[in-house]
Amino acid sequence: MIRRFFIIALSILACGVAHAGVLPDDRADALYHFYDGGGVVIDGPSVLVRKKVGTSFSVVGNYYVDMISSASIDVVTQASPYEEERTQWSLGVDYLRGNTTMRAGYTTSEESDFDAETVSFSVSQDMFGDLTTLTLSYALGDDLVRRSDDPTFEEPLDRQVYGVGVTQILTKNLISSLNVETVTEEGFLNNPYRSVRYFDPNAASGYSYEPEVYPNTRTSNAVGLRMRYFLPYRAAVEGEYRFFTDTWDIEAHTGAISYIHPWRNFTFTGKFRYHTQTGAHFFKDLFPRSMATNFRGRDKELSPLTSYTVKFQAAWEFLSDDGTATWGFIKRGKVTASANFLHVDYDEFTDLTAQQPIGSEPLYQLDANIFQIYVSLFY
Amino acid sequence: MEKRFLTIGRILLPLLAVAGLSGCSNVEPWVKPYERDKLADPIMALEGDPVSTSYIQHVFEAREGARGGEGAVGGGCGCN
Repeated sequence: MIRRFFIIALSILACGVAHAGVLPDDRADALYHFYDGGGVVIDGPSVLVRKKVGTSFSVVGNYYVDMISSASIDVVTQASPYEEERTQWSLGVDYLRGNTTMRAGYTTSEESDFDAETVSFSVSQDMFGDLTTLTLSYALGDDLVRRSDDPTFEEPLDRQVYGVGVTQILTKNLISSLNVETVTEEGFLNNPYRSVRYFDPNAASGYSYEPEVYPNTRTSNAVGLRMRYFLPYRAAVEGEYRFFTDTWDIEAHTGAISYIHPWRNFTFTGKFRYHTQTGAHFFKDLFPRSMATNFRGRDKELSPLTSYTVKFQAAWEFLSDDGTATWGFIKRGKVTASANFLHVDYDEFTDLTAQQPIGSEPLYQLDANIFQIYVSLFY
Repeated sequence: MEKRFLTIGRILLPLLAVAGLSGCSNVEPWVKPYERDKLADPIMALEGDPVSTSYIQHVFEAREGARGGEGAVGGGCGCN
């Protein structure tokens, strides 16, 4: 069960508002993604096609697949390794009228035990001589959580996402964006398979398991600021910061710095990202007894943690739109390869595979290698 | 912290509303169109590849407890 998928749909659809007074470029992207970390391997394709229709409309479609092979720390300690597939379709349309772009999108995602549907709307307005773009957005998600081992289990999960974004040209060399986003969820929010462990003197290991119980609502607020600066030579540097807080008492700070350097037909990007968060109030690695609290969770993502990510990316533009060469109706083409190396230190989630006595298990650490390669054609 | 965030929101949202309402007024652009050549360079695109960015945001969403605020629904010419 892959949760929290909806952002991927929203971000693809939201990209239609690249500039409120101009429709996005016609393009097609074919991407292969590969994730390998913590005993989990996920790979698959993502294909996006965008095309203008007349002078006022642009239509975008995206097909995305996750093929999952999981032997994660949770699975190894509490269940059996499994394989599954998630397929997602998205469709969006932009309508341009003057300096205003209106956009609607629909996404559907299916896997064996989780179905999700999302509709989204946004409106963007260019103002102040096109120096400022203001975007208001709303999305409504309707999910259905099931269990593969219990056909009678079926729980709903509803979600609403409110967003306000401002992109601002500050100087001839500096552009910034500020985004505020509120997400409210109501329904079955925990993983139906995951358990918490509690101290049990009658068990040989010293502990036993019982199902997680999460609150059935969650509201989060996030504000993110990005600034990109054109250096005195042809290169750019970008800084990002995001503050996040929610009603589960998770508070997170995320910062990143990037450097973008073109060379001939290549563009190289390097990035370092840092994330730190507090844990959810109902997270515990080991509860003192069975049903010790009303809400109980042992999802490692809800533990206090710190993560570090280093990214390297190279893009090669094999077809430029300088008029020297064309491939029929295709004006420009590029191929991009990127690698992200993620390391996570969990502050309270312990590694039970270490087979240490209860209370002295080492803290869990996760390393993941994430690769993408994609071809982009502009026409 | 939640209270502080709401306070910031109460200040920020009216400002945004005012900015929106004044969109039709004649504010003189302090960066002229002919001065935006560097901003138009592809290396200054806040998001040039939506498929790739969406994917990596999806990964972070799954591996961390935070979400949003990176422009996924904010849009603008950031196109995050």
